[in-house]
Amino acid sequence: MAREAMEYDVVIVGAGPAGLTTAIKLKQLDPNLNVCILEKGSEVGAHILSGNVFETKALDELLPNWKNEKTPIKTKVSKEKFLFLSKNSSLSWPTWLLPAVQKNHNNYIISLANLCRWLAEQAEKLGVEIFPGFPASEVLYNSDGSVKGVATLDMGLDKDGNKKDTYQEGMELHAKVTVFSEGCRGHLGKELIKKFNLDEGKNPQQYGIGLKEIWEVSEQQHQEGLVMHTAGWPLDNKTYGGSFIYHAENKQIYLGYVIGLDYQNPYLSPFDEFQRFKTHPSIRKMFEGGKRISFGARALIEGGIQSLPKMYMPGALLIGCDAGTLNMPKIKGSHTAMKSGLVAAESIIENIKNKADLSIYEKKFKESWAYKELYIARNVKPSFSWGLILGIIFTGIDQILFRGRLPFTLKHKHADHEALKPASQMPKIEYPKPDGKLTFDKTSSVYLTGTNHTENQPVHLRLKDPTLPINYTLKEYDEPAQRYCPVGVYEIQKEKFVINSQNCIHCKTCDIKEPSQNITWVTPEGGGGPKYGNM
Amino acid sequence: MKILVAVKRVIDYNVQIRVKEDGSGVHTENVKMSTNPPDDNAVEESVKLKESGKVKEVVAISIGEDKVQETIRKALAIGADKGIHVKAESYIEPLGIAKILKKIVEKEKPDMVFLGKQAIDDDCNQTGQMLAAMLNWPQATFTSKVNLKDKSVEIIREIDEGLETIEVNLPAVVSCDLRLNEPRFASLPNIMKAKKKPIEQLNAKDLGLDLTNRIQQIKVEEPPKRKAGIKVANVAELVSKLKNEAKVL
Repeated sequence: MAREAMEYDVVIVGAGPAGLTTAIKLKQLDPNLNVCILEKGSEVGAHILSGNVFETKALDELLPNWKNEKTPIKTKVSKEKFLFLSKNSSLSWPTWLLPAVQKNHNNYIISLANLCRWLAEQAEKLGVEIFPGFPASEVLYNSDGSVKGVATLDMGLDKDGNKKDTYQEGMELHAKVTVFSEGCRGHLGKELIKKFNLDEGKNPQQYGIGLKEIWEVSEQQHQEGLVMHTAGWPLDNKTYGGSFIYHAENKQIYLGYVIGLDYQNPYLSPFDEFQRFKTHPSIRKMFEGGKRISFGARALIEGGIQSLPKMYMPGALLIGCDAGTLNMPKIKGSHTAMKSGLVAAESIIENIKNKADLSIYEKKFKESWAYKELYIARNVKPSFSWGLILGIIFTGIDQILFRGRLPFTLKHKHADHEALKPASQMPKIEYPKPDGKLTFDKTSSVYLTGTNHTENQPVHLRLKDPTLPINYTLKEYDEPAQRYCPVGVYEIQKEKFVINSQNCIHCKTCDIKEPSQNITWVTPEGGGGPKYGNM
Repeated sequence: MKILVAVKRVIDYNVQIRVKEDGSGVHTENVKMSTNPPDDNAVEESVKLKESGKVKEVVAISIGEDKVQETIRKALAIGADKGIHVKAESYIEPLGIAKILKKIVEKEKPDMVFLGKQAIDDDCNQTGQMLAAMLNWPQATFTSKVNLKDKSVEIIREIDEGLETIEVNLPAVVSCDLRLNEPRFASLPNIMKAKKKPIEQLNAKDLGLDLTNRIQQIKVEEPPKRKAGIKVANVAELVSKLKNEAKVL
């Protein structure tokens, strides 16, 4: 029996900065268009996590009057620092020696979740229909193979897939154009990239995992507007990553750590590296006596234009980090994601009104300032595959002397899941025990995310081969899922591989890093997952 | 028959509550809000009764700032027919809420008022009882099963001694336990239909009621942190610790 269906002009999957920008721009250009956004979080912002130092360029284009509105963009960057850390000391890098992309005056320290909530209000005022708690779980195709729309997940199934009393069949949403803006490693985006060979001829995508905490500190420890980054300890020369420390409003500090998922040692635990980082003498003092109030994690895109797939296909577009528009050396993706949304909206209007081919979207994006800055940034991330020190030297030459105009493009050679070395070849890492004040365990951290999934529902972390974790991954890599998952979803208990899927915070790291690509993340029942506040 | 069902907007039960530094309350800014869980049960039961044909109209009411309209819309998406939003800018105690509800009952003339047994934010468990007393209606609290008859309603209540069955005459006030039913999901088409259903707006100030709060909240603080547990080697050690340290044996 056919499912119920609703018809729209444009269906957008994911209420992040890219999707919301597309929706707002579409309604500005044509108020009569029917536009809806599906969002898997229980409300807009619940699944948004980002640093975030925000460059307003795309917002200036979308809503030029935003400074006169009551936006959550309040704290202008007033001071910048960059530290190289060794185990016990730190070296402050003069800011005039930083590449231009890492200078942040004119930018703002914001909560991206709150910005999305505000953008959602603007979208709704324009008549966009936003449906939080409804994950798009399936792509629908027309008989000619083009994308027809998406379907929402069936609700009310038990863990074996049987219908419970509350069962409700998913719905089909059909659209002239479907826009996928699920963010990094969107599970439908992943399917589309494969089905339409969108990554043909591109380098394998590169990812990182970002962990973030929000702290409340005393007035003496707080310098509103201070933006600080570190590189070096506790990571070794071969592992790509670093920290961010942003002093936001209300005596809050947004503190985070990003680690490239191309790390080699299966014993590495991104969560514990982050905790350990806080114990550095020059970091510890910033948080002593303070209180951690939020925790979360999310994978992010690092591949740049070398890995950027084709962004259009018949009937659909990939925008923001569902394609991969983050600017890695800038450590920013919101503005480029929003720009891709702006360009997508303009292209969709031309497609619907003048039958223009959707390929104009990619053409326009490549002509935009967003693509130009991604082009200039392209060689930074791959140069760090030579190690931190050579990476910094090269980046200095590439970014400061040549401003990204060197006549060659470095490649990303491996996918992240291929980077792990067998456990037998790598040293074990002993992480210090958490003290419960500055450093914490995964259990108390997952509690702060507010994550929850209705207990009796199908497991949304699927194994292609259920025997593989014990028979292969445990033997070969000491099952790294126990460590790369920031909230302890995966455990080995008495020779059994346990998936605590109710703790999942939708960061997608397992889907990326599992060495045999054995874990597939699919959407759980709507409204499940973290309930981030101002992340 | 007509049901008035009261819904309250509270901090979502999955969110970790944060107490304000000055002890004046808890943080609600940027915090996910939801319908008070037992109120969801009350809405579900009301809609079920409507679907069974015994009830003709379900009216959902909420009291508070403009955002409580989201909570009313959710009830409308589940199947309530219309909403009433009584606007109030600041906190009102259960007595004040009961007074407002009484006023609405006099106007709407429902045969039954359904509400959650208590709200998960203040855990007062008073509004239903106060409302019944002021209306001089029978009350049935902690309801885990409802059997609606022509002029009465048979209720099963979960109490310490087991299940208690009572029958109260209509009109009555009924407060629901979480076990009453499993609330359904609102479907997309119903959410869209709910956007078009009417919500009547009133202002608490204009109802001519004395809503002065009578309780002064002195301080809100976090409960003391639980100490980590310990492992004992054997039963003898356990017994000895229970006897000598915990002194519970």
